[in-house]
Amino acid sequence: MSIADLNTLEIAARVGQGDLSASAVVSHFLAATAEHADLNATTFVAVAQAQERAAELDRARAGGAQLGRLAGVPVVVKDAICTRGLPTTSGSKILSRIVDGQPEGWRPPYDATVIERLLAEGAVILAKANMDEFAMGSSNENSAYGPVKNPRDKTRIPGGSSGGSAAAVAAGMAPVALGSDTGGSIRQPASLCGVVGVKPTFGRVSRYGLVAYASSLDQIGPLTRDVRSSARLLEVLAGFDGKDSTSSTAPVGRYEAACEQPTRGLRVGLPSEYFGEGLDPDVRRVIDDLIAAWKAAGAEFVPVCLPHTDYGIATYYVLATAEASTNLSRFDGVRFGLRVEERGTDLDRLYAASRGAGFGPEVKRRILLGTYVLSAGYYDAYYGKAQRVRTLICQDFERAFSQVDVLLTPTSPTAAFRLGERNQDPLSMYMADVYTLPASLAGIPGVSVPCGDVVVDGSSLPVGVQLLAPRLGEEALFRAAAAVESLVSRS
Amino acid sequence: MAISQTDVLHVARLARLELRADEAEGMARELDAILGYVKKLDELDTKDVEPTLQVSADRMPFRADVVVPSLDKREVLAQAPRADEAGFLVPGFVDET
Repeated sequence: MSIADLNTLEIAARVGQGDLSASAVVSHFLAATAEHADLNATTFVAVAQAQERAAELDRARAGGAQLGRLAGVPVVVKDAICTRGLPTTSGSKILSRIVDGQPEGWRPPYDATVIERLLAEGAVILAKANMDEFAMGSSNENSAYGPVKNPRDKTRIPGGSSGGSAAAVAAGMAPVALGSDTGGSIRQPASLCGVVGVKPTFGRVSRYGLVAYASSLDQIGPLTRDVRSSARLLEVLAGFDGKDSTSSTAPVGRYEAACEQPTRGLRVGLPSEYFGEGLDPDVRRVIDDLIAAWKAAGAEFVPVCLPHTDYGIATYYVLATAEASTNLSRFDGVRFGLRVEERGTDLDRLYAASRGAGFGPEVKRRILLGTYVLSAGYYDAYYGKAQRVRTLICQDFERAFSQVDVLLTPTSPTAAFRLGERNQDPLSMYMADVYTLPASLAGIPGVSVPCGDVVVDGSSLPVGVQLLAPRLGEEALFRAAAAVESLVSRS
Repeated sequence: MAISQTDVLHVARLARLELRADEAEGMARELDAILGYVKKLDELDTKDVEPTLQVSADRMPFRADVVVPSLDKREVLAQAPRADEAGFLVPGFVDET
């Protein structure tokens, strides 16, 4: 078996036992990363650092050390996550400065908590993943470093905002990527690229060191090719962190073990609102086939209602942009990155000029929208209203989960669209996240699992199914996800 | 129009965000469309609904007030656009007269 065919668990087992060297694993994936450079999935490849780290792990093992649960596993990290000494730009020009005529990304003086956790278990940071600027986008076309291409069809988008992460895993550039999900930014690109992507419960994984977009929504999670690898990753990433006061003290579940539990008798809710107008009929057929197969295998399907689903997009774009407008005030040309300063300029001019030159159009649009909905006279009408509708959306899910163990929906209403197809119209782009936003607003966990292909204009494109569970219900989520995966692999 | 170009420029000033004239015009059109869409929230009666401020899995406790090491000052300042040994440098903004 070649290294390309091994999943995370197999790599960790072989490197941990000394049957395979971390250096061999890293050279395989560095070569794959170079081979797929045309996808533009990475903003920085840490060639020397990854090779050095692999050699260190191999020396430690030879000296008798236990390497950990991710021994020798290369990870591509979304560029919104701080990596000590490696460029971290969040897909923006504002986190780069010009040194000798070349843009140079900000190099954080610390690692995010998730990076510390990966390294403590023997993982190797391979590269930083391209992304929509500040995680704002659904197609990866908003990156200051150019769009990422879908590995299945290079004329199409990979989804966003963790498009580079999803494309890297789908193309075999790494067995694992980290992404972040604010309104669907892990699940939607996972679906469009044909990989597994997990958005944990809000607070399950520390955000310390994640460049903040919308703090009441942001979560970090793994993208992998199979469900069990994501289960292993989440067991490593999850847990309380004193540096993130929103992180949960609840004990971390046994997600890998949950993958082995049978799902006969599992109650799966089908919310009618996710199967209506706007859902592509071919995508629907793939999901319906899965439901039929799972029913035959003994799962119990229950129709449920989430009546406020249709208000998810409007609620999200008020709350997320309001939070973004305050979070992004830290990019001011003073402490890091780009600074635009003319002689004799005052401090306000320095802020405005640096931000005007450093932010791209979608980021500006969201800062302006967020500032507007928070401004005097509009706060109650927009921000207060959206916070109340958020309550209704949370209550929809609470009612549904009193009847069922998990919910099943399409992840995205369509397969991957073409580059340039929607980026002229912000609202039509926002619609891409219609099925992922409500779960983000409710803070519940979700996963997208590949469940088949559709053919669009001669291209075979992946379709993902979304599974949702109650808050901190990741074990139920993995139990259901592993069942879906095995049904799909048998069909 | 819910939002005019003048409104956009006012909000841009609040956000300390410089916009070119052509940018402001496009933004007014796009924000107007988005705010028009957001108006659908008014279809819902929410006068007896409590706002959701956050969805944390548990209550957020205060941490113990203990001094722990922080980042190395020299390393933090090393990548600032302008700094000296003591801190970040900005144009003067306190009128000393």
